[in-house]
Amino acid sequence: MVSRPVKFSIQGLHVHYGELCVLRELSLEILANEIFTVIGPANSGKTTFLHSLNRLIDLAPGSRVSGRILLDGDDIRLRLEKENLRRKVGIVFALPLPLPLSIYENIVYGLRMQGVRDRAVLDEAVERSLRESYLWEEVKDRLRSPAMNLSGGQQQRLCMARILAGRPDVLLFDEPTSGLDPISTARIEETLLELKERYTIVLVTNNVAQAARVGDRTAFFLMGEMVEVSETGRMFTAPADPRTSDYITGKFG
Amino acid sequence: MNPARLRKLKEWLIERAILLSGVFSVVFVVLIFLFLLREGLSLFRGESVLDFLFGKSWYPISEPPRFGILPLILGSLLVTLGAAAISVPIGLAAALFIAEIAPGRLKEGLKAGIELLAAIPSVVIGFIGMITLGPFIKKLFAVPTGLTALTGSVTLAFMAMPTIVSIAEDAITAVPRQYREAAIAMGATKWQTTWRIVARAARPGMVAAVMLGIGRVIGETMAVMMVTGNAAVIPSGMLQPVRTLTATIAAEMGESVQGGSHYAALFAIGIVLFVITFLINGVADLYLHRSRK
Amino acid sequence: MSPRLSQKIAFALLFLATLLVVLPVAVILFIIVAKGASALSWDFLLTMPRDGMTAGGILPAILGTLYLVLGAVLFAVPLGVAAAVYLVEYSSDNRFSRLVKLAIVNLAGVPSVVYGLFGLGIFVTFFRFGASILSGALTLGIMILPVIITSAREALESVPRHFRTVSLSLGASRWQTVRHAVLPHALPGIMTGMILGLGRAAGETAPILFTVAAFYLPRLPQSLFDQTMALPYHLYVISTQVPGIPENVRYGTGLVLLALVLLLNLAAIVLRARFRRKKKW
Repeated sequence: MVSRPVKFSIQGLHVHYGELCVLRELSLEILANEIFTVIGPANSGKTTFLHSLNRLIDLAPGSRVSGRILLDGDDIRLRLEKENLRRKVGIVFALPLPLPLSIYENIVYGLRMQGVRDRAVLDEAVERSLRESYLWEEVKDRLRSPAMNLSGGQQQRLCMARILAGRPDVLLFDEPTSGLDPISTARIEETLLELKERYTIVLVTNNVAQAARVGDRTAFFLMGEMVEVSETGRMFTAPADPRTSDYITGKFG
Repeated sequence: MNPARLRKLKEWLIERAILLSGVFSVVFVVLIFLFLLREGLSLFRGESVLDFLFGKSWYPISEPPRFGILPLILGSLLVTLGAAAISVPIGLAAALFIAEIAPGRLKEGLKAGIELLAAIPSVVIGFIGMITLGPFIKKLFAVPTGLTALTGSVTLAFMAMPTIVSIAEDAITAVPRQYREAAIAMGATKWQTTWRIVARAARPGMVAAVMLGIGRVIGETMAVMMVTGNAAVIPSGMLQPVRTLTATIAAEMGESVQGGSHYAALFAIGIVLFVITFLINGVADLYLHRSRK
Repeated sequence: MSPRLSQKIAFALLFLATLLVVLPVAVILFIIVAKGASALSWDFLLTMPRDGMTAGGILPAILGTLYLVLGAVLFAVPLGVAAAVYLVEYSSDNRFSRLVKLAIVNLAGVPSVVYGLFGLGIFVTFFRFGASILSGALTLGIMILPVIITSAREALESVPRHFRTVSLSLGASRWQTVRHAVLPHALPGIMTGMILGLGRAAGETAPILFTVAAFYLPRLPQSLFDQTMALPYHLYVISTQVPGIPENVRYGTGLVLLALVLLLNLAAIVLRARFRRKKKW
């Protein structure tokens, strides 16, 4: 495997909600241009981990975070503004959540918030990001129609386009195919494999097979702790921890 | 300054203004109380608080003036109790009907009707009460004037009902569905469920509804002034003219001299009203919170 | 008595009670319209009162009420919406936000005549605005503040949480999120509250008694510092204070006031219903 530069370096991360510890003593590195998948049963801290990476965790009432997260060597709490961090580290949620705006306005939302007004720049971003998420051909003639009218799979790819428009570094996916049919799921997975050429991808999934299909490296979370992390192939053929093999062979979860 | 810094500054200012607006609602409550005190407290330089609250005569323009508000307190109390006796049972019954029994469209129509009743200006209700109810009561009981405590109670009952109905209806609707399903599953009729289970579970909200309705009645001014006859004497029955705290302020402020003791006495009545409604609303709010849990 | 029979009787009684609550609306409307309609004419609406209010129109009262109501809304809507934004979007459930909520509950419960006293004490006397449109509008504005805040709060809370999460996740700041992802979707609800506030301010008499209302002033106000007649006070005056007013003038005034207030409320009800039906989320 080619050695790649480190994108995210997570050092001793703890997350509490009030008194409840949901993520403890987490240290790992995410490399540039890989698909890093996180698997584990419900309530194992996967989504909390993902939300820590772009500080959406700050929105959860009573959340406390300790430890350090470095993005390209910069501490995301000390060296980056929240808004800039979230632009660099975009997220696609489990359910497709378009804003009740047109397709076009959904995509340029982030750019508009940055103060971009130039029509040509916005148009370019819309076309580029829709092409990147393989939605352009389907919607290019109805960019002004409401995003809510798209199908579920299309909405989810619109949500991808929406973060791609802001030229992020890292894409976070939180079980992006959990609400979709198998065909839409396959299209999203294909898209992920394309996108990793240009972006670093962190994919949280409760679908073990999906991790095996697209992941370069995989981490297994259980009850707020990372049980193990390794290359995906090794994880699925020779897991180091018996709990991992129990989970991926379907004994629990 | 670069655009990003400028935007930051703008947002900082907007967010301060938003916080300040939240502060303002507290400030207004405090200001209302302070200004009532400022204008009203001077009365108690020459008058003891006890004489004011429990004095039996209200002769503000005789010489020397007498500022005993007991007749006014009793007038308010009498009218309010009468209005509560009418509006509480009817209001709660209507709330149960609308929340539990009325089907979809009828329900929406009734709710709109209640909202419209709440919206009718009190001076219009007072006007209608004066020209319809007044003569009716005069004739029915063969009394010298139809403008009595009873007329006030009936008129005010209609002003309390929208408050009682809408808040009680919210409380009843908020009762979890499982309660009803469990009762029905055990063989109870719809009415038994409504009466024994739902009404009981919604009780804190219903108490709050009644209190807020009563708060509205105590504070009501124009209608009550137009229909109760305004005699500032200690009432001895429902069929006599009475004068309430609110009507006294509204009727006499125009003829009082600013800074004089009569003026101060009217503000002092305002203090009494403010404290009463403050307590009622505070307690009602506690019940409302309890009903939400 | 069998459970079925007692259920029938109980439902009938409840229905009767409901009728008792709702019927007065129809009765009041019927009386006022039946007796007041004959007074309505362009002359009545658009001319000055004459001969000690026994003849002529009610133009100054109509205009006075419009000025007061507009002034009240101009004051209360920005303040009230901002306070609601604070409560829903910025405050966590801390001691201060609970204090604000308690204050709003109490503002809603303060008797209207006490607002009148307050307006007299602070605006007329302390700030020396005198009995004027300014004093009256500010007093009415503070009185309708709870109505505006409460409906704006409900409107903001009905906007799904995830709109905010999505907007923030796209790098929008907190205020941008409120401004672009929340407020536009709460707008119909905020408008509903504004219209309800208009209706409430238009119908109240006690708060304007000592702060602005003129008994008989057959000319139009020239500035914010003028007194003015107003519809609800005018109805009070001609129905209790001045003998010999022709009946249809009294009913006609009542009809104009009632029509104004009920139309505003009806508009609010319709707007809210349409908004609920159109909601896409």
